[in-house]
Amino acid sequence: MVAVKGRPKVLVLRAAGTNCDVETAFAFEHAGASAEQVHINRLVSGEKKLRDYHILAVPGGFTYGDDVASGKVLANELKYKLAADLEKFIGAGKLIIGICNGFQVLVKAGLLPGKGEGGEQLEATLTTNDTARYEDRWVYLRMAKSPNMESQNRCVWTRGLDELIYIPAAHGEGKFVPKDAAVLGKLWANGQVVFRYVDPHGKLAGFPWNPNGSVDNIAGICDITGRIFGLMPHPERHLFSTQHPRWTRGEAQREGDGVRIFRNGVKSV
Amino acid sequence: MLWRVEVSGKDGAADPGIKKDIEDLGIKSVDSVEAVQVYIIEGDIGQQEIRRISAELLADPVTQRYTAGRGPASGRDKSAKHAVVEVTYNAGVMDPVEESVRKGILDLGIGGVETVKTAKKYIISGKAAEKDLKTISEKLLFNKVIQHVVSGHDSYTSKNPPKYDFKLVTVKMLNASGKELERISREGQLFLDLAEMRRIKEYFTRLGRNPTDIELETLAQTWSEHCAHKTFRGMVDYEAGGKKRRIKNLLKETVMKATAELNKPWCVSVFKDNSGVIRFDEENNICFKVETHNHPSAIEPYGGANTGLGGVIRDPLGTGLGAKPILNTDIFCFGEPDYPFSRLPKGALHPKRVMKGVVAGVRDYGNKMGIPTVNGAVLFDNRYIGNPLVYCGNVGIMPKDKSFKEVESGDLAVVVGGRTGRDGIHGATFSSGELTSESEQVSAQAVQIGNPIEEKKMADCILKARDLGLYDAITDCGAGGLSSAVGEMGEKTGARIDLSKVPIKYGGLTYTEIWISEAQERMVLSVPKSKVKKLLEVFEAEDVEATVIGEFTKTKKLELFYGGEKVCELGMDFLHGGNPKEVRKAKWKAPKFAEPKFACPKDLTPSLLGLLSNWDICSKEWIIRQYDHEVQAGSAVKPLVGVCNDGPSDAAVAIPVLGSKRGVVISNGINPRYGDIDPYWMAASNIDEALRQITAVGGELKEVAILDNFCWGDTDQPPQLGSLVRASLGCYDAAKAFSTPFISGKDSLHNEYIVGSRRVSIPGTLLISAISVTEDVTKCVTMDLKEAGNLIYIVGTTFDEMGGSHYYGLNGVTGNSVPVVDLKRARAVMEKLSAAIRSGLVSACHDCSEGGIGVAAAEMAFAGGLGAEISLSDVPFRNRYAARGAKRSDGVLFSESNTRFIAEVRKDNREAFEKAMKGAVIGMIGRVIDHKDFVIYGLDGKVAVRSDIDELKEAWQGPLKW
Repeated sequence: MVAVKGRPKVLVLRAAGTNCDVETAFAFEHAGASAEQVHINRLVSGEKKLRDYHILAVPGGFTYGDDVASGKVLANELKYKLAADLEKFIGAGKLIIGICNGFQVLVKAGLLPGKGEGGEQLEATLTTNDTARYEDRWVYLRMAKSPNMESQNRCVWTRGLDELIYIPAAHGEGKFVPKDAAVLGKLWANGQVVFRYVDPHGKLAGFPWNPNGSVDNIAGICDITGRIFGLMPHPERHLFSTQHPRWTRGEAQREGDGVRIFRNGVKSV
Repeated sequence: MLWRVEVSGKDGAADPGIKKDIEDLGIKSVDSVEAVQVYIIEGDIGQQEIRRISAELLADPVTQRYTAGRGPASGRDKSAKHAVVEVTYNAGVMDPVEESVRKGILDLGIGGVETVKTAKKYIISGKAAEKDLKTISEKLLFNKVIQHVVSGHDSYTSKNPPKYDFKLVTVKMLNASGKELERISREGQLFLDLAEMRRIKEYFTRLGRNPTDIELETLAQTWSEHCAHKTFRGMVDYEAGGKKRRIKNLLKETVMKATAELNKPWCVSVFKDNSGVIRFDEENNICFKVETHNHPSAIEPYGGANTGLGGVIRDPLGTGLGAKPILNTDIFCFGEPDYPFSRLPKGALHPKRVMKGVVAGVRDYGNKMGIPTVNGAVLFDNRYIGNPLVYCGNVGIMPKDKSFKEVESGDLAVVVGGRTGRDGIHGATFSSGELTSESEQVSAQAVQIGNPIEEKKMADCILKARDLGLYDAITDCGAGGLSSAVGEMGEKTGARIDLSKVPIKYGGLTYTEIWISEAQERMVLSVPKSKVKKLLEVFEAEDVEATVIGEFTKTKKLELFYGGEKVCELGMDFLHGGNPKEVRKAKWKAPKFAEPKFACPKDLTPSLLGLLSNWDICSKEWIIRQYDHEVQAGSAVKPLVGVCNDGPSDAAVAIPVLGSKRGVVISNGINPRYGDIDPYWMAASNIDEALRQITAVGGELKEVAILDNFCWGDTDQPPQLGSLVRASLGCYDAAKAFSTPFISGKDSLHNEYIVGSRRVSIPGTLLISAISVTEDVTKCVTMDLKEAGNLIYIVGTTFDEMGGSHYYGLNGVTGNSVPVVDLKRARAVMEKLSAAIRSGLVSACHDCSEGGIGVAAAEMAFAGGLGAEISLSDVPFRNRYAARGAKRSDGVLFSESNTRFIAEVRKDNREAFEKAMKGAVIGMIGRVIDHKDFVIYGLDGKVAVRSDIDELKEAWQGPLKW
């Protein structure tokens, strides 16, 4: 935890092909932070300093066209050009969120799932949807409870959220796959599984409720500290009732399910 | 050193998609297809480096494995069990992945890489015969326009980039005869007719010299139908019903005339800029443009549609000082997806492949740019097989004070964005001619390949530079490339350009190729000298190339140089006004179609199910979900609505300014079937349909602007031009009646296809796109039924207007009783309904169009997950065509009369609703029920349709469940 005076500062990272930066910055502002969209070149050149911010947000998009694999090129840029700054940033107890392409970036940069309790690197990836195509559809997410833990998962971003939330997903490579059963087991044991795709009744289910075929229906995970969080669906696209696909049927709340996530982030710095 | 890296799935990632497509080809002998990604990397790197590149960049450690070896040869080759087909891009075709891989390698700290090439290796297991493999490769795995199958190793070994030695080319035409002039035009792919060639000859005779090749090309581009719209802006002798009249300028006397006479204060800029601009709110204006990209999409569906959308996005971006693109709309016309391969005309791609390619092209460009595709339509008619239609539209938003541009003499000309290559040479002239089975050979270069990320980068920088006020004017490089961009911008000033300064993708380009290339993702800015340094910095900061290539002058001349050598000097007046004004002949004669002779079936259930499964009417969810329709977080009425998020909504509504309630409403109207009978009423019906959709969601009609997009056959044929004129007259009358000005438009003529000696023309197809601003989106409704017990109303009169209807189509007839529009009353009806909706009196509303009451009511029911009972005897009906007594249940149920809606109203709103609709014809025709039955009682009171919403929905969703 870092002491903050006034509105926490959020760096919304931009790179070639980032395209959810505006609404992500808006979501953080809406939640009480002051957000700035910063191009990666300005961090690499040193013109902007990561340490001047409290939260790093990697938004959705198609960075570098998702050529080679989604998020891969930007992931390597973080890994090989900003490693030291990131380490300090994380070490200082600051927060990181990756949404959609941003989640892909954090996973492929090794920041998620990150290191386990023993310091070992936990490997996972996000790969092509089982449907083999890009799809835009709303999904129900249930807060994951770790079997051997009474408490919720460790994620600071999702504290106090409703059991079930409803936000849109839009991606072609969102299938979460851990390296092996051991990694999956540790994610559960460590309380690093945050969200699971479920049906409207909160039950685990297959396509279309699990839109990409993710292992164990995993939609979002956090690192061992709970401060680095990534998910495929888009909380920044559900801040207002009119964004809900069935608001004309009176199904939407006044405030969208996504708001709390950003508010938690802002509160937790 | 040349390295080959192959990346494949650990579990031999078989590609289910390709296998399905193979089965669609009627080939069952293939067990599975594995796609292997191949990278050919050349440079001064060793084993160590290539291992790192493979492990840390190219292959995913969890899901993929790789092999890295020396030399280009394939790792796995042909065997009894499988065949191998390796596909790579042709030399000169841009492959964005190469750029990203090069960057990724540098990020690893590895230098010395010279070239990267990519390929896809398909390992096809099974017992496919040689000829089947050939079919599979040619029909599915590659397109010879941009790719080839690797044979041997030569396609990978790097060659030294070709050098270009300047050589000025002049074309001898001063003494040329008419025949020779025609030959020069034909052989140069100039598509200039004899009159135009003669005019050019005169011009240069006055100058006392022969033209250079680039001067001819420039004139051909600028005078092309695509750029100059000679037909629409030219003179027409129009003959109809024995009467003759001379039209001096078709556009100015129809479409633009309506706008001028309506003279709306909220129209900011019309028919001037790259898109039409209207007022949005106190701070912002919005602009809208719809383009077509038909011929490229016929030859290379993916690339054609991809760059079609990419191109139209640059229109708002190039409007005023640049608008931010906020949403896309896409309308396609294809042949029927189940058309037999055996009957395909030579040179034509199968409609299903065209459709899949076009959808993928639009998907990838729109999604990667981060612009939501919120609205569209897809129509099917086998006359589109050789010549599909791909309409792409984009809406942008910009600050009021950034809505106008003016090039200043002395400004520098700066080209920004992508590099210039050989792609898209002759696109403008090519699209002005008709397609033949040889088109893919002769015009291969006219196909462009898009790079949405390049355009996104460019757009980000342009908007930044705009807000810093760093330039005076901007326009995009579309058809005609730099030739048209610089030509337009410098029209009033003059321009001096050094083509050797233009950044090129590879060596060997001639000055003329650089000038007319339609390479994508490029725009031209007019920049004051004092601001150019800052401007270049803005672009450099985000890795976008920006290059000064010349300046705008006072000479009123277009002067082009290559280094020190002058290659072109043309007067701007001649370039833009010198083309001969020809008089074209147009003749309109109403066709006579056979009237149907069948009796009204007792049970109309099969007809209703048949209509719901009709290609035009059936669910387009397969397409819609592949588009990100929610990026930018503004979508308020989505393309899919209802209890399961899968019902067909009418207009789309989006909020461009986050946190506000003010919305943009977008819709379209298109009915080529009516045009077969009478293009005048097609035009009126399209405008009615576009406005109906806006009305149905509760959009406001105060400030609705519309766009026209004409796609026609060969308008050099008087009957074709006649129907075009007739449609234009319909546009004028309807626009006036509805008080909706046209703010922009486009025409694509010569949409015909030559099979042997036979000319196949597309049906004259007019798309009307509408845009409206609505103050408070929370007043909108959707079309899904909301609550059992509610009442169902029909708004508007139903006539015996079955001509061109889908019901007649289902029965194999066209008929003549085309739907007309009551131009005197239509707008008033819509205004009443729109107001009633916004005051909360309507729970659901759906536009009554294709398939009439039957289809509209069924869609509302299954979208809402509720049943309905409807009685046709309560539907207000009148005869327009037939004598009295011609009223039939099928006619009432499936007539496609205009200005009709189905509205769901709560019982306690009944009085208020009927009061609000006073003066409009309405009828209470049924109610919403709490179980799944869907029952329609015929005129005789007996059951005419008995079904349930699951059966109806299945019929509607079945056809495009791909």
